[in-house]
Formats: sequence, C-alpha cells, structure tokens
Amino acid sequence: MSGERAPHRLAAPDPAWLMRTYAGHSTAQASNELYRTNLASGQTGLSVAFDLPTQTGYDPGDGLARGEVGKVGVPIAHLGDMRALFDGIDLAQMNTSMTINATAAWLLALYIAVAEERGIEPEVLQGTTQNDILKEFLARGTYAFPPVPSLRLTADMVAYTVEHVPRWNPVNICSYHLQEAGATPVQEIAFALANATAVLDAVRERVAEERIGAVFGRISFFVNAGVRFVEEHAKLRALAVLWEELGRGRYGVSDPTQLRLRYGVQVNSLGLTESQPENNVQRIVLETLAVTLGRNARARAVQLPAWNEALGLPRQWDQQWSLRIQQVLAYETDLLEYPDIFEGSRVMEGLVDELVQGARLELASIEQRGGAVQALSHMKAALVESNRGRLRRIESGEQVVVGVNRYLETAPSPLTADGASAFLTIDLAHEQAQIDALERWRAERNPNAVAEALEELARVARSDENIMPATLAAARAGVSTGEWAGTLRDVFGSYRAPTGVADAPPARGYAEIEQLREDVDRASEQLGRRLKLLVGKPGLDGHSNGAEQIALYARDAGIEVVYEGIRLTPEQIAASALEEGVHVVGLSILSGSHKVLVPQVVAALRDAGVQAPVVVGGIIPQGDVAELLAGGVAAVYGPRDYELGAIVADIVALAVGGSQS
Amino acid sequence: MSRTALSGSELAGRLRDRDVSVAPAVLNLLEDASRREEARELLVALGPGVLGGEAPGHIVGVTGPPGVGKSTLLGALVAVWRAADRTVAVLAVDPSSKRSGGALLADRIRIAGPAVGGPGRFIRSMAARERVGGLAPATRAAAQVLAVAFDVVVVETVGVGQSETEVAELADTVVVVVQPGAGDALQFLKAGLMEVPDLLVVAKADVGAAAQTTLGEAQAALHLLGADDTAALAVSALPPGAGIAELAQALDDHRARTDGPARRLATRRAGALADFISEYGAQGLRAVGGRRGAERILIAQSPELDGHSLVEMLALQAGLDQTS
Repeated sequence: MSGERAPHRLAAPDPAWLMRTYAGHSTAQASNELYRTNLASGQTGLSVAFDLPTQTGYDPGDGLARGEVGKVGVPIAHLGDMRALFDGIDLAQMNTSMTINATAAWLLALYIAVAEERGIEPEVLQGTTQNDILKEFLARGTYAFPPVPSLRLTADMVAYTVEHVPRWNPVNICSYHLQEAGATPVQEIAFALANATAVLDAVRERVAEERIGAVFGRISFFVNAGVRFVEEHAKLRALAVLWEELGRGRYGVSDPTQLRLRYGVQVNSLGLTESQPENNVQRIVLETLAVTLGRNARARAVQLPAWNEALGLPRQWDQQWSLRIQQVLAYETDLLEYPDIFEGSRVMEGLVDELVQGARLELASIEQRGGAVQALSHMKAALVESNRGRLRRIESGEQVVVGVNRYLETAPSPLTADGASAFLTIDLAHEQAQIDALERWRAERNPNAVAEALEELARVARSDENIMPATLAAARAGVSTGEWAGTLRDVFGSYRAPTGVADAPPARGYAEIEQLREDVDRASEQLGRRLKLLVGKPGLDGHSNGAEQIALYARDAGIEVVYEGIRLTPEQIAASALEEGVHVVGLSILSGSHKVLVPQVVAALRDAGVQAPVVVGGIIPQGDVAELLAGGVAAVYGPRDYELGAIVADIVALAVGGSQS
Repeated sequence: MSRTALSGSELAGRLRDRDVSVAPAVLNLLEDASRREEARELLVALGPGVLGGEAPGHIVGVTGPPGVGKSTLLGALVAVWRAADRTVAVLAVDPSSKRSGGALLADRIRIAGPAVGGPGRFIRSMAARERVGGLAPATRAAAQVLAVAFDVVVVETVGVGQSETEVAELADTVVVVVQPGAGDALQFLKAGLMEVPDLLVVAKADVGAAAQTTLGEAQAALHLLGADDTAALAVSALPPGAGIAELAQALDDHRARTDGPARRLATRRAGALADFISEYGAQGLRAVGGRRGAERILIAQSPELDGHSLVEMLALQAGLDQTS
C-alpha cells in the first residue's frame, strides 16, 4: 500500500499489550527463578502473586498463617525476601504489577528500598500496586484494617507516588474480584466506579487541588472478562464512558490523556471447570477476545489463568500455555492491524448504552447511601444475591456449562491421567524454612533501629502525616511484614467485613427445597432441637463464595446456620462449634491449605469435646480426598459438586447419623 | 452431639458450683424438646427457693434497631468485663429466622472478636422462634439458670418498640442502643410506643457531632418523659474506644440502685406469663381469666417459686395438662 491510507487500516500495527503471568509460590528464591524463566519465554512484564500472610500482614509462624506460607503466592516477610525476589532483574527496566492491597504501602516501600540499594531512583520505577481495599471487603477478604484507615493508607500512597514515583500506578481499581464473587456486568462497572470514587475522594483531601488531574490520570483498573465476550467487551467501553464522565464531572479533569481509561485484565476463573478441564482453554481464548477485540477499549496488560486452576495451582507449563495464547493472538493474528472494529456497530452501541444506564442507576443508589464505604453491606449482599442466581441457573440447566451440566460424556483425558501431577503441589517444608529464615533475619538486624522505626510508624499512624516515609524507614531498618501490619493494627483496630448473607431474602422458586425442608424438620425432631450447622472458613483464605452459598441454601432448607465470615483459627471454630451446640461442622478452603488446616480443625474440635461430623468443601483435588476422609472428615466436596441441594441433603443425613453415636 | 450428656440435675449442681464450662450442655438441654423433663429438673433445682435467694449474676438486656452496632459494642463491653475477671454469657437472639425455621446466625464473631475467649466467656446464638423480637422460652430459661454461674448474662435482641418489652421480662437492666442520627427509636420513645429503658446508649460516637446531637435529643426526650433516672451515654467501640468503661460502670450503678430481688420476681412472673402464652396460646390465657387473671394467680404464688413452676401453676389453674 502506498499514498492514501485506507480508513480501515492502521498506518502501522499497534504494539502488543503487556503480557504477564500471575506468578509466585514457595519462596522468594523459587519465585525469582520462575520470573526469569517466564521473561525468557517472551513475557514482557511481571505480575507478583503474594501469599496470604503477606497480603494480610502476618509473619510466617503466626497462628493465622499456618498452612498458608508460600501457598498461593510468594512469602515476603522483609527486605531480604524482596531482594531475593528481584535478584538479577533490572528494576529500572521492569514493569512490575503487584496484587497487593491491605499491605500495599509496605510492599511498595520494600520494592523502592531494594531499588535504592541498587542505585535506581524511584522516579524511574514502573508498575502497579492493586491497592483497591474496598473490593477486599466485598469480594476477596485480604483486608487488614478497618475501611477508613485503610483508605487513608491508600490515599497516602497515591499522594506519595504522584510526587516521588510518578510512573507508578498506585491504585488499580479491581473489578476482577467482583465478577469472581458473582457480579453482573452492571454491578462490576458500578461497584468499581464507586470504589474508585471513594479512593479519589480520600486522596483529594491529601493532595494539592491542582494535582487531582494527575492523580486521576494515575488511577488504572483491573477488570475481569467472562465468556459472554461480546457483552463483556461492551462492558469495558461502558466503563470508559463513565470513567471519563466521572473525571470531568466530579473531579473537574479536562486533559484527555488523564481521562482515558487504562486497564489491565485477568480473565475469568470463576467459570473454569474441574470436569473436562481442557475446555477451559477455549473459554480463556474467548475471554481474551473480550478485552482485545476493540481497539478503543483494549487492555494495556493481560494475564491469563491456566486451564487447570479448578484442579489446583498451575505449573510452569500450564502458565506457559496461557502465555502462548496471548502471543498467538498478538503476533500471529491480524488483530493489531486495524482501528476499532466496533465503531458504528448498532449492536455494540446498544449494549454499551444499556450497561451505562444500568450502572448509572446502581451508582446513584450507592451515592444515596453515602458512598462506597457506607454501602459496603449493600454491595456485598447484592453480590451474594447475584452469585446465588448464577448457581441456581447452572443447577437448573438454564445456564449451560459444557462438561458440567451438559455434554458430560468424555473420553479419558490424557491431561489429567496422572491425577495429582496435573498441577503444582507446594512442599509443606517451605513454611518451616521460612519461619527459620525470619528468625535468622531478626537475629541479624539492629533491634534498636527496628524499635525506633516501629515507634515512629505508630506515631505517624496516629497523626495525620503521610504513612509512606515512616514505612520506607521501617523497610530499610529490617522490620518484618507482620511487625509493620501489627503496629498499624494496634493503632487502627481490627475489622470484620460484612458477610452479605444475614439479610438475604428467602429463596424463591426452588422446588426441591420443599422436600429438603421436610427432611430437615424430621431430622430436627429426631435431634430434639433444630438442626444447627456451623459454616467455618479457617485460615487466611478470603474466597467466601462457597461458604456463603451453602450457608444460604442451608438456611432456606430450615437449618440454623452459624456463619461468622472468613479468617478463623481452628481454635475459634472449635469454640464456636462447642458453644453453639452445632450438629455438623462445614469447612470451606480454597487456598490449597486444606491438608494442613482440616486436621488442625478436626483435632481442635475433638479436644473441645465436639463429636459433630465435619464436611469440607473447596478446591480439593480428587487425590487429597482419601487422606481427608482417613483423617476423620465425613465428606469432601470439590468444584465438581455444584449442586448445593445435594450437599445440604448430605449434611442433613450426617446430622442424624452423627447424633446416634 | 453424643448422648453421654450430663443430666438436668447434674448440670444444676455444676452451675451451683459456678462451673461455667457446662454452659453449652445447658443450652443444648434447654433447647431440646425431647428432654423437657430434664429441663424442668434443671430449672426447679435452680429456683430461688432451692438456691436460698436469687441467682447472683447480673442479667442485662441489650436491644435496638438492626445495624446500630450492638454486637460490636457488646464485644467491647465483654472485653471490659473479662479484663475485670468477670465471667460473661451472651445469648444473641437472631431475628432472621424464616418461615422455613432456618436462620443465619452471624453476629457471634462481632461479639467474640479475635480472641478465643476461654471458658469465662460463653456466646450462644439463638433463633427467635415465633416472631421478630420475640424470645423463645429457652432463652428466658437459659438467662435464669446461667445467672447462677456467670457474673453477667447478656441477652441481645433486635428491634424497637417491642423487643425492649420482651427483654424487660427477663433482664435486671435494659439497655437500648441507637445510632447517631437515627430518629426512629427516639420518636418511638417520645410517642410512648417504647418502654423507657434503664440505660440509653448512642453507639458509634466516633462519628462525632451527629452522635452528640442524638445524645442531646435522647436526654431531652427522657427528661420530657420524666425518666431522669435513665442515664444516656455515647460510646464508641472502634479503637481506641470511648465510653465503654463508663457504660460498664453505669450498668453496675443501675443494678446497685435497684431492688434486685423485687425486679427478679417481677421479671420471673412476667416471663412465666409469656412462656405460658407461648405454650398454651390465647385459649390457655382465656382459661385463666385473661392477662389480669393470670397476673392475679402469679402474684398469689410464693416469691421463691422458679419460673417453670409458675407456668405449671398457671396451667393447673387453667385446667390444662402441663406434661407434653
């Protein structure tokens, strides 16, 4: 082609988006090795997965951290771990995304401190800290402090990075987990914007007025994309429209570059299935189209889940397969050669308009409640309700999930023929090694410097000063993650997020639940009092979808359900079971730490004299079931068991059987 | 639960010895419809006649509209009591029971906080059976018998305009909790739709001016009603916390200046009437000559009679068989 450029072609193809893989496990050293391999296979950025103790501010060795160290991500307990994590990786060149929220200020401080040690100025550091705390209260559960001081930490970080680390995205408003918790597209847009508004309002109080445009321009999003990829693409276009509207209207921003929606994405994990897991590959591909097809709302950075996420933790090869999906799409197809392919599409415009209108209504309702912080319970309950509807539609067959509720027949799969070797198993020995390493670290640091740094941190936390300088000083002094967070907990207090289930309306339209109610009534009569179930979430895992849905279903079936939300120690669960006099204990664990936590809970229950049967649900690989059953568990449910009614029926039967012992 | 459980009279003995570790077994028994006879034994064995006086524990009723922060406030209060080495039992009555009989009992952790607690602190969630704000007979019975062993027994209910009446039928001290800016409760109070509580607490005092305004309004309303004895305070359960120790003190003060045995007797009789109605319904009530007739019968009974025996007396007078 020469001369006039055809309007349906770009003069030059767009560069590909940033390609990442959400990765990290076991130790900083092991994760560093993984990052280097990933970069060598063509990955262009890093996405750090931290383990749950790091995300929630506990040191390895803390009671709540048991079984979780190095499990769903890398443990970073101090500056030394951060050095090891980025050993041999040029921080001046790298673009690093960190999925970190409650302790984001701390992890960023460690990152800056490592860069400083290598003579790299903070001005050149590039990357993203997720730092969207409100969605942690709504969907993911890795919060550490109450909402108001949490938002203050966020605001401090934004105010600090805008001046000192200007290329950093301090906040990545994360609607990803909202969809994972069941959000509809309208809810995903509206709740994300409400959360962003709460952050921006908090920052506005802590920066000079003329800086708000710069702040607005640094806020990015991290979205989800489900398999309904046409509507999902429309969702992103709608988000862009409303984001610009918010910037112009509420914050008076006029610079078009500051108003542009910038987002990264991890596509949907919620819809990935344990049965016929190879189908997840095409789901992932289609979901990736949702965030790349239209140039006007294309992702800046993409990371994809692996085909086997419903089975266990992905191995390096599984993650490589997902990276190759991105590479084929970006480098083999013609996707990047065209202007926006949906411009002028009536379908797309109509969909966008629908979503914009729906989200505006939802936003108005949140605003009426006084904003996102005040509306946390409302939003949480709405998510639980949406997820309830989704599960209901799958259970009834109205929503087709291939290989789950339709087309169940399958030839033997070579991918899963080897059972437990189809995913990554974390060596439990890492936990003790990490505890020992922290002890050595503590022995070698200057205790006076640590004490001073923590004292200063507490002082600043109680004051109105920016938390970042004291946090950086603590990082340099060798303070541990648990010490940093513990100091702030002492000042800010602890908090429990709304569970979203207390006020859920009774189920409608469940035919089979009537039968179940009769069974529950009969069982209750036999037991002498109403059948009572404890639904417990031990450990730091914040994925509460399953626990919430079981609790609701059991309640609707006539059971008295004690549900206390996430993050309970085995001892707390045992005390609850004893004091509440429950007939059955149900545990939900999705972090892969069931092999450690379940035996601890069972032992704690029996120590307390509670003989009630225990059932366990979560991402439990088939290969672990026998071990759990041998350890005294009465039944185990995995992602394959999507029929809530059947699980609750089992619980009723167990309650009656259990009482006869 | 295994059936090697302690019998009603064994549990009574343990409670008399102030062994608080039997609290779970006591609740399991009182809620068990198939163990009515044992429950009767337990209640009779812990009646004032047998004990030689009223149960020593302080029974505190805490009520208020949903969402005002009662559980969080209770959590802070329980911590103050435990720090003073007082044993505490909390009966958290959940209003969410549905037609199905099912309920979601979710308040426990807000009261318990992060600490496991140990035997000196007992928390039990109970579903409100018949109606919102209503107390199941087992709740009243539990409060009475736990007060034998625990220093403090709290009964937490949800609602406004009716729940404080229900709680008044069992508590030595009734606390109504409202939140800043919540006019409803105060309107109820002013309009006489709500009994005047012994203590009025404005929670979430950390929100500042709004809490002080509400506190002022509450004090004015109480003054207008001539209820100058009712203390009103603003508290915050958020760290560092404010007014919690004062609230604990105000509860002690109220108990010190009221005639404990007289109030216990009145609550025991009112509770017995409520239990009688919940068991025998309107028909039973008619058979004893309505409320007034029932009250006359109750007043004629010995003050030492336990609540369960009072219900039996009413049933006897009504010509109804108590055994079921």
